[in-house]
Amino acid sequence: MSIGLLSLILLALATAGYLVARTRAVASAGGDARRLHSLPAFHGRLTAMSVLVPAAVILILWLIFEGFAIRGAALSQLKPSDVPDGSTMDLIMSDVGRIADGLNQLEARGTELAPLLASPDALAAALKDVGVAQGGAPTPDTILAAQASREALRTSRIGLSIVTLAAAVAGLVLVLRRITPEFRARNATEALSMWLLIGASLIAVGTTLGIVLSLLSETLHFFRLYDFRDFFFNLTWNPKFTGGSDLGIWPLIWGTIYVSAIALAVAVPIGLFSAVYLAEYASKRTRAYVKPLIEILAGIPTIVYGLFALVTVGPLLRDWISIPMGIGNSSSSVMTAGLVMGIMVIPFVSSLSDDIINAVPQSLRDGSLGLGATPSETIRQVVLPAALPGIVGAILLAASRAIGETMIVVLGAGAAAQLSLNPFEAMTTVTVKIVSQLTGDTEFNSPETLVAFALGLTLFTLTLCLNIVALIIVRKYREQYE
Amino acid sequence: MSVIEMKLEREVAAETIKIQARKVQVHYGTNHALKDVDVDILSKNVTAFIGPSGCGKSTFLRCLNRMNDTVASAKVSGSILLDGADIYDPRVDPVQLRAKVGMVFQKPNPFPKSIYDNVAYGPKIHGLTRSKAELDEVVESCLRKAALWNEVKDRLQSPGTGLSGGQQQRLCIARAIATSPEVLLMDEPCSALDPIATAQVEELIDELRSQFSVVIVTHSMQQAARVSQRTAFFHLGHLVEYGETGTIFTNPKDPRTESYITGRIG
Ligand SMILES: Nc1ncnc2c1ncn2[C@@H]1O[C@H](COP(=O)(O)OP(=O)(O)O)[C@@H](O)[C@H]1O
Ligand SMILES: [Mg+2]
Repeated sequence: MSIGLLSLILLALATAGYLVARTRAVASAGGDARRLHSLPAFHGRLTAMSVLVPAAVILILWLIFEGFAIRGAALSQLKPSDVPDGSTMDLIMSDVGRIADGLNQLEARGTELAPLLASPDALAAALKDVGVAQGGAPTPDTILAAQASREALRTSRIGLSIVTLAAAVAGLVLVLRRITPEFRARNATEALSMWLLIGASLIAVGTTLGIVLSLLSETLHFFRLYDFRDFFFNLTWNPKFTGGSDLGIWPLIWGTIYVSAIALAVAVPIGLFSAVYLAEYASKRTRAYVKPLIEILAGIPTIVYGLFALVTVGPLLRDWISIPMGIGNSSSSVMTAGLVMGIMVIPFVSSLSDDIINAVPQSLRDGSLGLGATPSETIRQVVLPAALPGIVGAILLAASRAIGETMIVVLGAGAAAQLSLNPFEAMTTVTVKIVSQLTGDTEFNSPETLVAFALGLTLFTLTLCLNIVALIIVRKYREQYE
Repeated sequence: MSVIEMKLEREVAAETIKIQARKVQVHYGTNHALKDVDVDILSKNVTAFIGPSGCGKSTFLRCLNRMNDTVASAKVSGSILLDGADIYDPRVDPVQLRAKVGMVFQKPNPFPKSIYDNVAYGPKIHGLTRSKAELDEVVESCLRKAALWNEVKDRLQSPGTGLSGGQQQRLCIARAIATSPEVLLMDEPCSALDPIATAQVEELIDELRSQFSVVIVTHSMQQAARVSQRTAFFHLGHLVEYGETGTIFTNPKDPRTESYITGRIG
């Protein structure tokens, strides 16, 4: 049974459970819903949830762990001698995967499989026919392994269908049998909803953890191939495809910080001032038009900003500032990327700050105006301090966006990693180098590729520190004023 | 204190007119909130505004320091003279006017600053003091006048928002008197306070009378009777009756006033 069909059956069961439970609840109270502890809809909802939730959890967990079982089944058919020199078990396993895939397609076309399985050459030809790309040619052992993995998958899916449906039916029957006028379906729904919510937050936390762990493991792998002292203390970034690269992170960190700093220097004043204008001075009508207009900036794809940097801002800065002043002759520069990125993050600062400033109680403004303060004194001394924690949050959000931005940097600042103070020189950032190292032609297991993970982890740590600092600032401030 | 003594004390108060309002009308859009109000507020007196909710007491109070300027829909007409000068004259700077006519609000609204900075706020923005020492003195004397000094003198640098409701309201009063206003407007200053804090604030209002003229909006007739020398009764945007507090409460002329103070309308 396919997963789609299984899901449909589960949904149908849940709907049926909902309807049956409602009717049963009303019937159990002799047709008078007022005698029920919980309204009929709660009985229905509880039944539907008990059908869906356990079954869905089983389904998801099963699909996650199925892969390991299938791989195990295939591996058991392979011997160390199946791995030729210069190849790895992983490569052989991906061959096995492709063969299994091709066999599935052939079967779907109605091709007789038995003769193909007996002859690796015939199979190779047949696979070519259905358009399956191949690494190595099939061998008797890989064919066996492919068959084993297909068999494992088939068994697994049958087991999955049986177990999920059994869980769903069990949930249905258990709840339906408990329906009486006294049954506290309302409270039970509440408890079940809470578990659902907890589950959702666990998924979020778990994903973060998973990302960090996978970054961490690849990073450790990288540091086994490349000395961490060189990574952290070497001041040059110069990867070579032939090996012997210099992979010092500082030029990239410096580029990231420099570009983001310029972006914030643009976005924070402009964003904050426009937020103050919108919240404190603009009429309701103006605000209704201007705020969405500013927010449009956040919706423009970054590649469009990148083009703007590449064809407009970059040449403009080069021809009017850097060449006349003799401080550079490249249109790709930190300044170009920083300015354009700053424009992109303006709405992150302005829109959030505007909401936060609006949330400052009017009574504080009245109090200050009532003492004879001018509107701008009131804003500076009362409104902004009261809104500060939120504003810091808005700025940090903008900073994280700036640090993580890639496209604008590639097109605006270029891809040359260097340590320089001159903002009119080309530089590059961590994210850009992650992309170029991962998409390069080098082997995956080389330090030149794996360095991407170490860079990713560094970036993650950087933004994490930023967030922690922000939290500390905000908390300190709250303590002072609450 | 006997009734006669109280009456004597009232008559002793200097009877100069501090604020003279004539034919004051306020419209909020199409809502005619205040109609032809004539009031003389005397200096060194406490004047109470009473009346049912929505009758325009706050609206009138906010006319006296032009706080209604901050409400876009509000239109004020008529004349209000402070010491004989029209406060709605285009040459008058409302910001300076508000320094002279201070205001305390219904809900305590300390700024998110330290206790010290809350009180120092007005003197700082108006440049009233020349040195830190002088500012310290002003802060201390205002906190003393607001009967708060003993409670906060050891924690002047802790946030004003951390005080209790009654302390916060006294802090707001200290903040208002720190700009040395000539008139102090108070809009239901005790409505968020417990009886003990209310008693403290009332005592304070009575002391303030020696230096400022105080206008207080209150919902409590006992409070009006306790703290004020003159009382104005508002009803549906009209000023129904205005006179000596004693007279208003014992011998009202208008039947609406009588109904209100005996609890039949409200
Ligand atoms: N900011 C405002 N905008 C529009 N109408 C208002 C505003 N403030 C008060 N009003 C209206 O003016 C009238 C008088 O209100 P207010 O002066 O607050 O009464 P009180 O203080 O006596 O309870 C009410 O009808 C009220 O709805
Ligand atoms: Mg009011």
